[in-house]
Amino acid sequence: MTVFQKSPLVTVSALTLILSLALAVVAPPFITLDNLQNLMLQVSIGALFAFGVLFPILLGGIDLAVGSVGALAGVSVALLMTNGVPIGISVLLVLALGAFLGAVHGWATFRLGIPPFVVTLAGLQIYRGAALLLSGGTTIAGLPEAFNRFAVASFLGIPSLFWVTLLSLGACGFLLSKTRTGRYFYAVGSNPEAARRAGVDVARITYLAYALSAFFASLGGVLLASRLAIGTPTAAMGYELSAIAAAVVGGASLFGGRGSVLGTFFGALLFAIIRNGTNLMGIDPFWSMVAEGFLIALVVYADSLGRRRYAGLR
Amino acid sequence: MAPLLEVRKIVKRFGPVEALRGTSLELFRGEVLALVGDNGAGKSTLIKVISGVYPADEGEMRLEGRPYRPATPKEARAQGIETIYQDLALADDLDVGANIFLGREPIRRLLGLPVIDEARIYQETRALLERIRTTVTDPRRTVRNLSGGQRQAVAFARALYWKSRVVIMDEPTAALAPMEAKNVIRYARNLAQEGVGVLYIGHNLVEVLEVADRVAVMHRGQVVFTAHAKATSQQELVYYMTGGGENPGEAKA
Repeated sequence: MTVFQKSPLVTVSALTLILSLALAVVAPPFITLDNLQNLMLQVSIGALFAFGVLFPILLGGIDLAVGSVGALAGVSVALLMTNGVPIGISVLLVLALGAFLGAVHGWATFRLGIPPFVVTLAGLQIYRGAALLLSGGTTIAGLPEAFNRFAVASFLGIPSLFWVTLLSLGACGFLLSKTRTGRYFYAVGSNPEAARRAGVDVARITYLAYALSAFFASLGGVLLASRLAIGTPTAAMGYELSAIAAAVVGGASLFGGRGSVLGTFFGALLFAIIRNGTNLMGIDPFWSMVAEGFLIALVVYADSLGRRRYAGLR
Repeated sequence: MAPLLEVRKIVKRFGPVEALRGTSLELFRGEVLALVGDNGAGKSTLIKVISGVYPADEGEMRLEGRPYRPATPKEARAQGIETIYQDLALADDLDVGANIFLGREPIRRLLGLPVIDEARIYQETRALLERIRTTVTDPRRTVRNLSGGQRQAVAFARALYWKSRVVIMDEPTAALAPMEAKNVIRYARNLAQEGVGVLYIGHNLVEVLEVADRVAVMHRGQVVFTAHAKATSQQELVYYMTGGGENPGEAKA
């Protein structure tokens, strides 16, 4: 398949590169090994959430529940481990729970016909509430040492969290660009009726998209717990919006049918660099939020301009 | 020669309304049969029965002599009956090759994992596009960027590639520029030359007489007149479309 959305990918990666070069000049500590490792840590978890939400977005849907799913995952894995369940089993259980919740979102969307915005908005409230209830509203500390160590470990100079992100990037990229299932996300997002007539199992693809979204949110939530060394019910607050923003800035269309996981990665990276840069330059971090907001508006506007030009040529 | 598709006395009711009142027609291999009729004559209902969208209430169909009763469009398609809908059912964000192979992608192994065989898709698509002589030459073009006629070409290429036995075309030229309509006529003739039976639903009688080998006229849920395209005329078709053949007794009186 032709590389989807070549041009947004070029835009977002070029922006990332230009911003990095500019920062290297105006804030030389940017290119120190320490800071680059720091940047990798900063981008890792957010990027995982963004990879997840890309799938529903490709279908023309949305997932607003990922932040809360992440918090619930963090609290659940902490509770399981502090109650003596082995680390590996705790993590697998929580990831399976995440995938299951996501499949339920897909089911509610597809079978019950509830708009995904509503389904996952409900999820956003429910899982945050569940995380608060399970934890009694407080943080859960005393996690196993080995679990906490994972997030601070590194391999070949690259933080382990970033390895997880790279592996996820590779896996999602393979799925989306090489396999039938991956192609069907684009087909369903583009024209569900055409996909159905061509024999694509639209229900399966919908369940899978939401399951993957919540799975990656759970993975992000577990890693966040490892990084913070606690399970906290207020973790990952607002992550759904950064995740959606990363996917959109990376070239995904909220109408479905377009988007790439590599673009999403660069989108997440771009936001992380903005935060990191404002920090290095001693600018009030609240400015980075303003900058991020403008960036989203700008990129989406540029995209719609490009599309209008196409329409004009037709 | 036995007909490729035989439709016998099909009745289809929607509540008290009888949309098809014992409709019969025969479609032969390698011919274009045009189906004309006023709005509400039952053309759409008939093609939906044939393509598996609606089940018939009465009557029977035979495909190459065997009973044919599709429960779903997918089943009809599996038996070689392809319908090219007005909206063409293409996925806009996918490219030409991906659309032609959608749902039936060839697979190869990459490190033991099943992946889509892109090289084969593009190679076959390119050959296919050459064969139908369309202005779409690049199988990697995104369908969104194609003109209406080019999109028709993709839909045709798909029907041709998957060796459909019957291709139903529902007013394929309705939204096209005159030049593009000419191409569609050519595609329909191409399919017939390849041995496909083409059922062509049309509005424009000039075009219908140009594309078809035979013409069938529907009026109020029945096929009231069938003729060879060369042996009939617009006037005659209009006469039957407006119910002229319905009550011969009255006409004489």
